[in-house]
Amino acid sequence: MGQRVSLFVTCIVDQLFPKVGLAMADVLERLGFEIDFPESQTCCGQPAFNTGYRAEARTVARHFLDTFESSPFVVIPSGSCTAMIAHHFADLFHKEPETLARVHSLEKRVFEFSTFLTQVAGVEDVGARFDDIVTFHDGCHALRELGVKDAPRRLLARVRGLELRELSPAEECCGFGGTFAVKFSELSGAMVRTKVEAILRTGARTVVSLDSSCLMQIQGALSRAGSNVRTIHLAEVLASR
Amino acid sequence: MSSEFHQKAHETLANANLQLAIFTATGRLKDKRVEAVGPDQLPDYQELRTQANAVKQHAIDNLDHYLELFERNVAARGGRVVYCKDGTEVSDFILALAHERGAHLVVKSKSMTTEEVDLNERLEHHGLESVETDLGEYILQLAHQRPYHIVAPALHMTRYDVAEVFTRRLHVPNETVIEKQTALARSILREKFLAADIGISGANFLVADSGAVVIVENEGNARLTTSAPRVHIAVAGIEKVIPRAQDLATFLKLLARSATGQLLSVYTSFLSGPRRPGEIDGPDEFYVLLLDNGRTRLLPDKNKRQSLFCIRCGACLNTCPVYRRIGGHTFPWVYSGPIGAILTPQFMGVQQEPDLPFASSLCGACGEVCPVKIDIPKILLELRSDVKKAETRDKQNRLEKLSFRAFAWLMTHPRLYEMAGKLLRSVGVPSIQAGPLRAWTSQRDLPPLPDRSFREMWRRR
Repeated sequence: MGQRVSLFVTCIVDQLFPKVGLAMADVLERLGFEIDFPESQTCCGQPAFNTGYRAEARTVARHFLDTFESSPFVVIPSGSCTAMIAHHFADLFHKEPETLARVHSLEKRVFEFSTFLTQVAGVEDVGARFDDIVTFHDGCHALRELGVKDAPRRLLARVRGLELRELSPAEECCGFGGTFAVKFSELSGAMVRTKVEAILRTGARTVVSLDSSCLMQIQGALSRAGSNVRTIHLAEVLASR
Repeated sequence: MSSEFHQKAHETLANANLQLAIFTATGRLKDKRVEAVGPDQLPDYQELRTQANAVKQHAIDNLDHYLELFERNVAARGGRVVYCKDGTEVSDFILALAHERGAHLVVKSKSMTTEEVDLNERLEHHGLESVETDLGEYILQLAHQRPYHIVAPALHMTRYDVAEVFTRRLHVPNETVIEKQTALARSILREKFLAADIGISGANFLVADSGAVVIVENEGNARLTTSAPRVHIAVAGIEKVIPRAQDLATFLKLLARSATGQLLSVYTSFLSGPRRPGEIDGPDEFYVLLLDNGRTRLLPDKNKRQSLFCIRCGACLNTCPVYRRIGGHTFPWVYSGPIGAILTPQFMGVQQEPDLPFASSLCGACGEVCPVKIDIPKILLELRSDVKKAETRDKQNRLEKLSFRAFAWLMTHPRLYEMAGKLLRSVGVPSIQAGPLRAWTSQRDLPPLPDRSFREMWRRR
């Protein structure tokens, strides 16, 4: 068997978009990785952290650290959850040197899915076929906190039958923002409607992203606008053949 | 504030003309900035940001030293530095000086710091006429509004709005041609400049090693304000001090590009002391009022004190998807947009404006464009935590706190977490039409629920 890789599927994929997790596992297995799903995994704690509840976020983060202590690689189908672990766990434990050392060790082992494929697995062509016109939505945390911009595009460029049309403007937030989407729902709704307009202008039939949370927001607005454009996670595109 | 903020946001979102005005104006500034800092125009842009951040960090960490140095150098050139704790001390000083000099008319150039302490209202309350001479600020003064934007104060107004304000306040015929509106304001303001006894300006930079006040502007009104009247008073926040004149090489390259996409603003004035013998221009008296007004409250926190690095370029407003929709007047204080969302709670206290740090999707665009690299998203997150710690125990707050306690408990008990998920899917989310879910469905549809969670499917695979 190949290198062992632990999946952290995130709570949103686990509960709402299980196919994304399965697709990610398929792609990784196809590339020869041995997949491990630690059953005690739940959430990275971001909802509590972003709402200002640091003690609660710390509790969940500690659970995460325990769960993935021995994993050589943790692969995550989300830029946002990866950024939480790789950038914000350290803020939560800055007063606990021992835990902080564990966090720093973990930071090097967690990877957003597209980054793992291009940087660790060293692949761009995963042998996928997806006959469709798609556009790509850059999730803000993948883009600005992790600096992920090229990896998903390089992967999409090698998918047979796929035509990528870029959004203009490309780097605008979809307006999800976790609890922001419900605390400021009208504003969040205005933001996603602008995103939907940009998507429709491309003429694409499918929106691809690295984050199921953005896609849930965008799909909800597309559907509310009566559009039949669908949203799909990059892992699902790469798993199809 | 909560309901007022939501109400104003709602009104702005519902006003199609206003939405278009804000979106167009900020979009233009945003695009110009992107071009002006692009790799072909400013190849060392990122290095300049790093440098600017380092200089500001050093200046703020050694604020006492540089303020004293600045004060000594101003005095050496015949000027005087006055420390002011708050707006009352600023207006008390100006009113006393005006009284001694028999002054009746003040001309003002654009200054967010004076807006911060409502200086015009304070002066006019005591019978001292104070006239804004920046065109946008002049329009707003006539309209009795506060600035909509740090750099472009009347960004939300169309030329038709301006025509209406001029007609109503100046009793002139309705004139919608922009050049003619400008000419009208210019002719009125020219008389004010000539008659004014005192000129009040802000300051973009206070240069410690040379005792100079540096002001950047495009209209030339600041230059007239600071040189035509007999007395010049610059009002500046204490955080505006930078160590050396040569640091301006970094800041001036960044400021105009970030603000308006210009390589440099039309005028950059270096003002140090009153007119010296043999000079033909300049005031007889030169004062710099250094305002605290809450700034020192930010110093103890090593991370959050970076909020004081701000050079007021407005780039974060122009790029912010929230500001671009809810506009400047929705924000509770003179500073709007992302920088306002971090400054206001820190100046006023987090309990005063508890919703403000939450009015962000944390997209990070503000931090990306900040020329002095203030980590605005990180400060927003810290302020959110501060708000929760300081929060009152009313019913809604308690319910939220309880929910997050339950969340943390559930997320550390994987079996119960799995059961809770199953329960949710069997009951069906659409049947729970309360709170957050109702807020969600007010704007968008819910995703269809899968039959099984990932972990259940994984076990069956």
